[in-house]
Amino acid sequence: MTLVDSIRSGDRLALARLLTQVENDTPEGRQALDQIFPYTGRAHLVGVTGAPGTGKSSLVNQLALHYRKHEQKRIAIVAVDPTSPFTGGSVMGDRVRMRDLAGDPDVFIRSMASRGSLGGLAHTTAAMTQVFDAAGFEIILVETVGAGQAEVDIARLAHTTLVVEAPGMGDDIQAIKAGILEIADILVINKADHSGVENTERSLRGMLELAHPVRRVFRHHGQSMVMEAPKENREENIWIPPIQRTVATEGSGITELAEAIATHAQHLRQSGDWARRERARLESELEALIQDSLTAQFRADVSQERYNEILSQVVGRQISPWEATRNLLNGRHP
Amino acid sequence: MMERKIRVLVAKPGLDGHDRGAKVVARALRDAGMEVIYTGLRQTPEMVAEAALQEDVDAVGLSILSGAHMALVPRIIELMIANGQGNVKIFLGGIIPDEDVSKLKELGVAGIYGPGASTEDIVRDIFAAFSQEK
Repeated sequence: MTLVDSIRSGDRLALARLLTQVENDTPEGRQALDQIFPYTGRAHLVGVTGAPGTGKSSLVNQLALHYRKHEQKRIAIVAVDPTSPFTGGSVMGDRVRMRDLAGDPDVFIRSMASRGSLGGLAHTTAAMTQVFDAAGFEIILVETVGAGQAEVDIARLAHTTLVVEAPGMGDDIQAIKAGILEIADILVINKADHSGVENTERSLRGMLELAHPVRRVFRHHGQSMVMEAPKENREENIWIPPIQRTVATEGSGITELAEAIATHAQHLRQSGDWARRERARLESELEALIQDSLTAQFRADVSQERYNEILSQVVGRQISPWEATRNLLNGRHP
Repeated sequence: MMERKIRVLVAKPGLDGHDRGAKVVARALRDAGMEVIYTGLRQTPEMVAEAALQEDVDAVGLSILSGAHMALVPRIIELMIANGQGNVKIFLGGIIPDEDVSKLKELGVAGIYGPGASTEDIVRDIFAAFSQEK
């Protein structure tokens, strides 16, 4: 039996080993990715991102439990944790919050260190999800590293992105900054039993209204002024991110959150956004691979001596970095 | 292609709730450049074996202070062999009486560390176990 047949027939050891090959980007891993690719494109990829301590792992745990109990779907979880920039090591603790899922053969949890990647995912996270997709997992939950403001790679990978907030994690100005809130398909306020939940919801709602103007009434010194929404926003197929409160430690709000995720998937399919996102996602993956390959090819063509020589000229201010690049690219075979 | 990192599962099987030692070891292995997956407290042997399988680890570090090591460790080894992971190295920390040490080593435990063991020794032994393999 080939490796691909093994993982498609549910061999968990073969799957675990293939995931390692793919994570390490080995020749065997790449070859397997070529073979499994025709079987991918079926799973619903759900990204879960948010600041450290907002409860992402607990939420993933509860969502997976919900899907197992009510929909009997096969669930894969990829949990990314940061790699130390100093030692290259990592401690991954997401499984601590996912102990409820142990013993279920239709749930597969894999921890992944970010290995120097900065966008909230590891370099090979997308490829790992393809392996799970080909292995027949129907929902793949991808949990990013605790993300702040700019770790938005997950939006390119996932069909549906949940941004998890918790009360007391920032004021109104955080809500109007660019970045992580903009990528949300669903906003989750976890720890909704904590005080300050009203304020958090109000500032998130305010942010959404600015981003998705529908019809607003401005009130200013007692005068009311009605503003109609821009024409393109009034169409039916604009998705306005819902705000869902949850308490992941108790499991409350999870059914509603799962419904919102299903509604979003339905919206993506009806509006044609699913196909558009798939195209954009595969395009960005292709771009990244082209860049990697060109860089590798360039490194193979240009000797280290020549590279160091040109670098010294740049350091000595004899030539600019742009000129150095031109020299290196034109004179690849000196 | 990236370098192969040593992946280690650090687990606390059994019922004692004292995981300071496990966390110190996890941290030391991280500082040595390893990728450590920590499971948390009160794991059954089945949970440990399942996590080791899903994470495709190279080594499993067990911390047991309850005295139940002669029940837990053989069961974990048995389950891991059944899963096809007989080659994964097992390290054990805790309060292990001398007469049990030799029995556990016969079962294939690669290293056993009692109170006062240094994290440097643990890190060195794990690296040594993998340099022999290559």
